[in-house]
Amino acid sequence: MFTVIGERINTTLKKVQAAVAERNAEYIIDDVKKQDAAGATYIDVNAGARIGHEEADMRWLLEVVQSATQLPLCLDSPDPNILEMAYGLVNKKPLINSISLEGDRFESMMRYLAGKDCRIIALCMDDSGMPKSIDDIVGRARSLVAELEKIGFKRDDIFIDPLIQPMSVDIRNGGIAMQAVATIVSELPGVHITGGLSNISYGLPQRRIINRCFLAMMIAHGFDSAIMDPLDKDIMALMTTADMVKGNDNYCMKYIKAVRAGKIVA
Amino acid sequence: MSQLSTITETLISGDGEALQKLVQEALDAGIPANTILNDALISGMDIVGAKMECGDMFIPEVLMAAQAMSESVEILKPLLADGQSSVVGKVIIGTVKGDLHDIGKNLVKMMLESAGFEIIDLGVDISPEDFVKAIIDNKPDIVGLSALLTTTMPMMKKSIQTIEESGLRKNLKIIVGGAPVNQAFADEIGADGYAPDAGAASKLAKSLLQQ
Repeated sequence: MFTVIGERINTTLKKVQAAVAERNAEYIIDDVKKQDAAGATYIDVNAGARIGHEEADMRWLLEVVQSATQLPLCLDSPDPNILEMAYGLVNKKPLINSISLEGDRFESMMRYLAGKDCRIIALCMDDSGMPKSIDDIVGRARSLVAELEKIGFKRDDIFIDPLIQPMSVDIRNGGIAMQAVATIVSELPGVHITGGLSNISYGLPQRRIINRCFLAMMIAHGFDSAIMDPLDKDIMALMTTADMVKGNDNYCMKYIKAVRAGKIVA
Repeated sequence: MSQLSTITETLISGDGEALQKLVQEALDAGIPANTILNDALISGMDIVGAKMECGDMFIPEVLMAAQAMSESVEILKPLLADGQSSVVGKVIIGTVKGDLHDIGKNLVKMMLESAGFEIIDLGVDISPEDFVKAIIDNKPDIVGLSALLTTTMPMMKKSIQTIEESGLRKNLKIIVGGAPVNQAFADEIGADGYAPDAGAASKLAKSLLQQ
């Protein structure tokens, strides 16, 4: 099943930030209900944008979001202390966003994750920065999976993020991402692969069509999750269809169901 | 169209081979190298920057133009007399500590280089102390701080504070940029300028030096 991580509850988005600042629960509840109805698997919650308010904002958001949905949450913060507090407040096994191989952050996140019942997004980033090649991505994925397995994580609970980079600055970036995904899927069977879709189209016009095309191509290579906007009907339709064509949808049932629900119109 | 304006047009179109040919022809016709550099190439990149800023040109087109420019500058370099070089100012640039993102920084670096600045690129994950050290070593006119993460924005403030406390702020302009940064934040942390994109950054750097 394709895992849709709904990215809309993020305080870097102006409207969300305003709603959080005003403690406008109605706005948040309405948005979360829409994401749920549109087919989100997780609701990502990021409260980091109002510097100095993250703990209080996260606390408030978790209560409001969980009043609106039964879906599990994706807890999105670089700060293990915020994640610790958030972990204590969720009703369902959360997805944690994220760990990477960057020095201090890796150590503190490993301490945080040890013994917790959660899933984890693992970024292919290390102290040398963004990955620059297929080998960079695959090597970091290997290290992350090995480390996480050491502290008891099952592969099914690991979501590797290869860190998709824009086509506009290097025409090889799409191919690197696709080839890396294919390699990870064959070398590390059982792990999931996710990422922020819209990075691919940064700096180019008509970004949505690039995002859609890229998602289909990534799914063909084994990408089985994305951090995306579930209210974008076109991309959701594309996702359901590409996942079916890839062979992940028995008897095309999800596809047919989505068509009957009016979610896919050709 | 004059030879110089043909060069400018060709630069904007990003056709590197045609550009090198035109630059060579201009030299053969007796146009001084520094005139070609300043009045055709650098002024052409100003137009590219402006077009990027208003969305008429996209990043790949800007990259092509910059690549074409740097190839042609290689032809001119040996012909530029000392002191006649294009350097309009010296800029130190880096992504602040805790942040490893470099795409935005590299775009700004490229636009500033094309505008005639000398750039010292410190890279990513640069501590306030390393900025201070680089300022002492290089005596730049401008320091550019980059951050992509909301979590590393406070490090911009810290970097500016550390530079100030080291007594190096005099005769130095500090500019900031990155996806989560805006003018209000730049004002709040005491930066001298903010630019939303690489085209605007080049314009900003030039205007700061004219002050």
